[in-house]
Amino acid sequence: MNNWSNFTKGFIKENPVFVLLLGMCPTLGTTTSAINGLGMGLATAFVLVMSNLVISLVKNLIPDKVRIPAFIVIIASFVTVVDLLLAGFLPALHEQLGLFIPLIVVNCIVLGRAEAFASKNNVFSSVIDGLGMGLGFAFALLILGATREILGSGAIFGYKFIGDNDGMLFFVLAPGAFLALGYIIAIINSLRKA
Amino acid sequence: MAKKLESTFANMVIVLTAVSLVAAVSLALVYNITKEPIAKAKLKKKLDAIANVAPAFDNNPNAEMFKLPAFEASPGLDSLEVYPAKKNGEIVGYAVKTYTMKGFSGLIELMVGFKLDGTINNYSVLAHAETPGLGTKMTTWFKNEKKPKRCINGKNPKNVNLTVSKDGGDIDAITAATISSRAFLDAVNRAYKTLEQGGKYE
Repeated sequence: MNNWSNFTKGFIKENPVFVLLLGMCPTLGTTTSAINGLGMGLATAFVLVMSNLVISLVKNLIPDKVRIPAFIVIIASFVTVVDLLLAGFLPALHEQLGLFIPLIVVNCIVLGRAEAFASKNNVFSSVIDGLGMGLGFAFALLILGATREILGSGAIFGYKFIGDNDGMLFFVLAPGAFLALGYIIAIINSLRKA
Repeated sequence: MAKKLESTFANMVIVLTAVSLVAAVSLALVYNITKEPIAKAKLKKKLDAIANVAPAFDNNPNAEMFKLPAFEASPGLDSLEVYPAKKNGEIVGYAVKTYTMKGFSGLIELMVGFKLDGTINNYSVLAHAETPGLGTKMTTWFKNEKKPKRCINGKNPKNVNLTVSKDGGDIDAITAATISSRAFLDAVNRAYKTLEQGGKYE
């Protein structure tokens, strides 16, 4: 597999949200607006790239039987780093994402890529893989967040275009997340088949 | 590719210990770097809220903060922080950090500013977990001065019944978020009654 297709597979072909259906909890929970989705996606992408990098570096030093706890410690450390950095330098975004940042630890995508890719491949392609998957995740969250914000609040990136009125509030609430995600997956599926 | 380390007991213990050690050291480093910015961001948020809600002042209300026993306190939260606003040494009002547990998702924290006669000057929402698009509107809903039935700024709880109109009060609740509105007004009332109990009005 060349590096380019390794990078781009995360966007459509193996998009973690739309195709693999991984990491649904933060996907549904944080995408109430485009900016929240993007922030969460980029935080996850950062963790994914860093954990892929470190895990592919140390993969030969870690005995097979303890690889999962070792990976989780590495991932959890990067998540805590992101959490602290956001709290210190982007407090507004940190407040919005709140609970979901620590939850990146148990995001199946991160451990999944560590296990399925980084522990078997060299450093360079692992970083590319992390970057592609992470940005694909961020891209998916941005699309979902933007859809829900446009339909639900009549705004995009906080800019309101329907005056003082409400949007279809349903899409900002949890059931709307499922519905919007379902339709987006259907569209992506028909695009992939075409 | 180099060969993997065997899964012997000694190898596993050594590797896990080493991984944890490295993680602990790097986390301690990051914690030390970010400690100051985090504390600053928190303090700035509080000071901004005080400056926003209290009548114009020239002292440092944060340094003169005192606590009053809360009116109808919830367990574990039995006092409110009061920040006195002074101008030329004369007290002109208070900013009170108040709370309610009755929000749609539990705790809501507000900073409410009062003038000396008990009139609400302004408020600012510090923390909440209300439903986006519904309860979250409280950050602006109750200070819309074009809609006098919603606005609590400039009202005095002494002569205005600060409950939602559905419960016979004088304030219009947020559309489709009556519970959040009740909770919000509960927190404001708690701030007002706490100052009253403390004998802070003239």
